[in-house]
Amino acid sequence: MSKPAVSPLKDRSTRSAHEVIASPEFKALVAKRWKVSMVLLTLLFVSYYGFILLVATNKTLVNTKIGEVTTLAIPLGLAAIVIAFVLTAFYVAWANKSYDPEVERIRSQLR
Amino acid sequence: MPSIGAIQALLLTQAAPAAAGEPMQQTSLGSPSMMSILFFFMIVAVTLVITYWAARKTKTSSEFYAAGRSVSALQNGFALAGDYMSAASFLGISGMVALKGYDGMIYATGWLVGWPALMFLVAEPLRNLGKFTFADVVAFRLRQKPVRIAAAIGGILTVLFYTIAQMVGSGALIQLMFGLKYEYAELIVGVVMLAYVLFGGMLATTWVQIIKAGLLLFGVSLLTVLVLAKFGFHPGNIYAAVVEKYGQTALEPGGIVASPVEAVSLGLALMFGLLGLPHILMRFYTVPDAKAARKSVLYATGLIGYFYIIIPIVGFGASVLMPGGRKFISGIDGGGNMAAPLLAELLGGTAFLGFIAAVAFATILAVVAGLTLAGASAYSHDIYVNVIKGGKATEEEQVKAAKIATIIFGVFAVGLGILFKGQNVAFMVGLAFAIAASANFPALLMSIVWKRFTTQGAVWSILVGAFSSCAMILLSKTVWVDVFKFEHAIFPMKNPAIFSMTSAFAVGIVVSLLTPEREAQEKFEDEKLRTYLGVGAE
Repeated sequence: MSKPAVSPLKDRSTRSAHEVIASPEFKALVAKRWKVSMVLLTLLFVSYYGFILLVATNKTLVNTKIGEVTTLAIPLGLAAIVIAFVLTAFYVAWANKSYDPEVERIRSQLR
Repeated sequence: MPSIGAIQALLLTQAAPAAAGEPMQQTSLGSPSMMSILFFFMIVAVTLVITYWAARKTKTSSEFYAAGRSVSALQNGFALAGDYMSAASFLGISGMVALKGYDGMIYATGWLVGWPALMFLVAEPLRNLGKFTFADVVAFRLRQKPVRIAAAIGGILTVLFYTIAQMVGSGALIQLMFGLKYEYAELIVGVVMLAYVLFGGMLATTWVQIIKAGLLLFGVSLLTVLVLAKFGFHPGNIYAAVVEKYGQTALEPGGIVASPVEAVSLGLALMFGLLGLPHILMRFYTVPDAKAARKSVLYATGLIGYFYIIIPIVGFGASVLMPGGRKFISGIDGGGNMAAPLLAELLGGTAFLGFIAAVAFATILAVVAGLTLAGASAYSHDIYVNVIKGGKATEEEQVKAAKIATIIFGVFAVGLGILFKGQNVAFMVGLAFAIAASANFPALLMSIVWKRFTTQGAVWSILVGAFSSCAMILLSKTVWVDVFKFEHAIFPMKNPAIFSMTSAFAVGIVVSLLTPEREAQEKFEDEKLRTYLGVGAE
């Protein structure tokens, strides 16, 4: 798996596996990936568990009528589902646009 | 506050004669209609033709377990949705909304929120690190034998409990819809499902899931449109009708969130249980790379989200449109499971009822097929190939082991289904999710992100997660009182995930710190290259 470092005076455009792992670009890539994940996961937690705790503890608020009979609880429930999808879509958009090109760039240096 | 298994309990309630006295709707439910049998045979015929086609492409172990990694992101999105949208969610949640109103909607949201978490935490690393099972990932840089055995225990327990619940639920369901004898229903499910898996492997199973997901989404969409058409395509009018018939409380949260801690614990089990379901995780190996894995989660989230958004309309529609309303629906089946089929008959006649019944049957077949493949792989790939044969089995031996394990698992599924006939096995879905969230997920996540995770840490985390969740559910009201008929529950909550998952993480961390493993730390660097760049991925 780890390639032997062929020449110590390596070509500047290619690097060994160890050099890649130690490189600031790779470390930044990994850090960024988890940063994005953690921010999105936090938003997911806030929206979903926020929704659950809200309907569990503040009945007066969620039972407020927003239409003739429709309670606020209904759009809140729908929002919990829509937000989950939007967060997922955001992650895919971010990964396609900024994660993948960086992976390609670092991989192309590897040898 | 119902546990996760509550929905499943609904499936098990046998048909009771409708209350006499009131004018009630007539239904042909329960007598085998020509239409339902016709649709059912059409679905089986088409899926068997696909199996025949897939069988010719299924020779190697990678083809058997992972469809040769040839499934596209969109196809896998449909297949994931197919694996996840069981008959329990379709019939159970629409029934719960019909009988309990808004509580059913709260329950429905819980089933979706695992998908983004799956994406953010494990989908791509799983695809890059593993080969056929999630144990591949956990064991990647740890000592193979102990970790594989522990992971297989977690995986098999999850799949087994989930399968028993599905089989028992399906027998009762088919009996209710087709009037077919319970044992015959079990046998039909077992035989057809084994044909898919044994001959067509993952490729056939994937296509069965895709077809089933398509049919299910089509059927529910049509039902939704028919309901909306009755109310001028304005959901507000449905809510108004619901309130007129059942009062404002139908649109307000009720018993399901009576205890906030319990509600959050249920949410945790639903959310992180998904990240530990072997039959779902296995699907990520069927796509060519991490990018396709990522896209397939988005498709699945979209399809499943759409499904849970429209399902309440079906439930509310059934409660107001059925003559006799809730009383009639719960008269046919105590848990309201027949709300959607009854509504289909009311709005689309016997033909539509036949279609919905056949789709529900196909749903059961597909989910059980997926579970069987996952259960078989945990034994044949993790235990036989990697522990007994020390990772050195020929292609031929691997495929043979996989097929034998499939047959064994299939026979067990039918046997246990018949053995548990009429038993209250509702808690088993909850148990499967609790074990998945507590045994499989913590070890999987720590193996991906934590450099100092060790063999001992993984083994103890999995065992503590599995046995603590089993013990807590056993001692909770769901089993201790409802099944064993003791007077008081020893464990006060129905959903243990908040404790069992936390203990699995805690044990994994403490034991890893106490048993440092240099080799595992060194290999972590190689693992990172593969996790994040996909270098060397299968």
